[in-house]
Amino acid sequence: MSATILGLTGALLVGIGLFGLIVHPTALRKLLAFNLVGAGVFLIFGVVARRAAAAGLPGDPVPQAIVITGIVVAFAATALAATLLARLSEPGEQP
Amino acid sequence: MTVSLLPVWAVLAPVIGLCALLLLEGRLRPEWVAAPFIAIGLYLSISIAYEVISHEASLVYALGGWLPPLGLTLRADGVGAVLLALTALVMVGVSICAWAPADGAGGRGRSGFWALLLALWSALNLAFIAQDLFNFFVALEMLSFSAVALVALDGSRDALTAALRYLLFALAGSVLYLLGVGMIYGRYAVLDLAGLREIAQADPVTLAALALMTVGLMAKAALFPLHLWLPPAHASAPAPASAVLSALVVKAPFLIILRLWVDLLPLSAATAPPQILAGLGSVAILLFSILALRQQRLKLMIAYSTLAQIGYLFLMFPLMPGPAPWLDIGWTGGILQLVSHGIAKAAMFLAAGLIYEALGHDRVSELAGLARRQPMTLVAFAIAGLSLMGLPPSGGFIAKLLLLTAAVEAGAWWIAIVVLAGGILAAFYVFRALGSALAEGTPAVAPVALYRQGAVLALALCALALGFVPLRPFALLAIGRPLEAMEALP
Repeated sequence: MSATILGLTGALLVGIGLFGLIVHPTALRKLLAFNLVGAGVFLIFGVVARRAAAAGLPGDPVPQAIVITGIVVAFAATALAATLLARLSEPGEQP
Repeated sequence: MTVSLLPVWAVLAPVIGLCALLLLEGRLRPEWVAAPFIAIGLYLSISIAYEVISHEASLVYALGGWLPPLGLTLRADGVGAVLLALTALVMVGVSICAWAPADGAGGRGRSGFWALLLALWSALNLAFIAQDLFNFFVALEMLSFSAVALVALDGSRDALTAALRYLLFALAGSVLYLLGVGMIYGRYAVLDLAGLREIAQADPVTLAALALMTVGLMAKAALFPLHLWLPPAHASAPAPASAVLSALVVKAPFLIILRLWVDLLPLSAATAPPQILAGLGSVAILLFSILALRQQRLKLMIAYSTLAQIGYLFLMFPLMPGPAPWLDIGWTGGILQLVSHGIAKAAMFLAAGLIYEALGHDRVSELAGLARRQPMTLVAFAIAGLSLMGLPPSGGFIAKLLLLTAAVEAGAWWIAIVVLAGGILAAFYVFRALGSALAEGTPAVAPVALYRQGAVLALALCALALGFVPLRPFALLAIGRPLEAMEALP
């Protein structure tokens, strides 16, 4: 039951994030929306990992490994985008 | 299949070079640190191609001895070997052309360029030899991060804006791709392509997952209508970086789309996905060839031409009707288009970079007198243009002829018309630049070292040489297909 709720929450997050990614014109909001989609996708991976519990395992390690990689990538991407944004917002940045 | 460590080294060697560059920064000129690793990368790619061709079997390595479904394998098949060789060729050409004259100062930007070039090389090699959906994801991320940084390298406001837009598109693409991977894993609990091939069915979940992954990859490959980021990004990167971005970086996500629809879930040509992909490709060819005609700057014109040529790649999906797509001429035509465009576009962007250095600008209407002052660069530009137009003798001619023949055989007349119309439009925009450069004039020309012009000409001649490939399904491109699952370590 809780897996269904988590899955639906994940889907909802992906939906909200995609909406934001398409609708918001500013880069910072797009970046935040991307992080929302990411959170939704990671949640869905968590649900997929939980389903292995039916087979008597505590959890499937493969989706968990993918989520860890995904989180690292999303963090690095956010940092890179934030750096670019910060450089762009510096006043008088005209080399 | 042959077990070999070579694919692992092909991914690792550039990363070792990257570490060496970071460690030795400021002590040695970055060119001298990068050069041995570029040579090693070239050697590895040639050895892999040699092994694959001489054994007529793919080279495989299971990392850590773990077999799928738990472990990851690297596998260089016929297409993989060809693309590794293409990457090495373009990288060597770009490196020679980017090699600064001896008195150049070794700034941080220069060191960054070589480090990112090696990072890109590793990511490209991984994308071409990975065999599972997870490794594709890793390769795509490595690729996007180094490509975005290359675009931003120049540090100007335009470059930073272009890089940010590129990054946002790439991130949206990766997250959609990852969602698709999650759905596939939830459905089959397998990520390995060979394993998935045996159990995948065309049910709604699988199709939705593949659609999500394809849309995500389209954003990274800049297929219409997800192309908005490419022209500013490719036009504002330094010319050698643009050459790599246009020639190679957009090809990796395309190859993954191809493998999803050929290796993972082969569908008949009449179903919707191949038709939609080809339809989008056709729009891209016509729309962006016309937009290329209207560009005032040479680099932007070449960037729009890249968008149009990417469209050609997607034409191949409905042109592989047989039960073994890799034996159809559509497959050979598509892969050949990928290779010949890669070489020709690298040569063209490098030529545009040298023209910019010589004249101090790259406005298409003000190139008069260039033909007399810098003939070698202009000849290279013209030969590369020949391949883009699809005139004989050139790789582009053979590729487009194969696609045309496949379209006529499949009765897809609209594809045949688009191939022809795209060629004519390409002729218009190439000749517009050439005509301007051939006009009489005496511009002030800064000297450009001969070896750099020579490297561009050599690349362009390679695109020409591809025109002598036989006009039939090419056995090399079918090596390693259909995918066989690894049962045990031999």
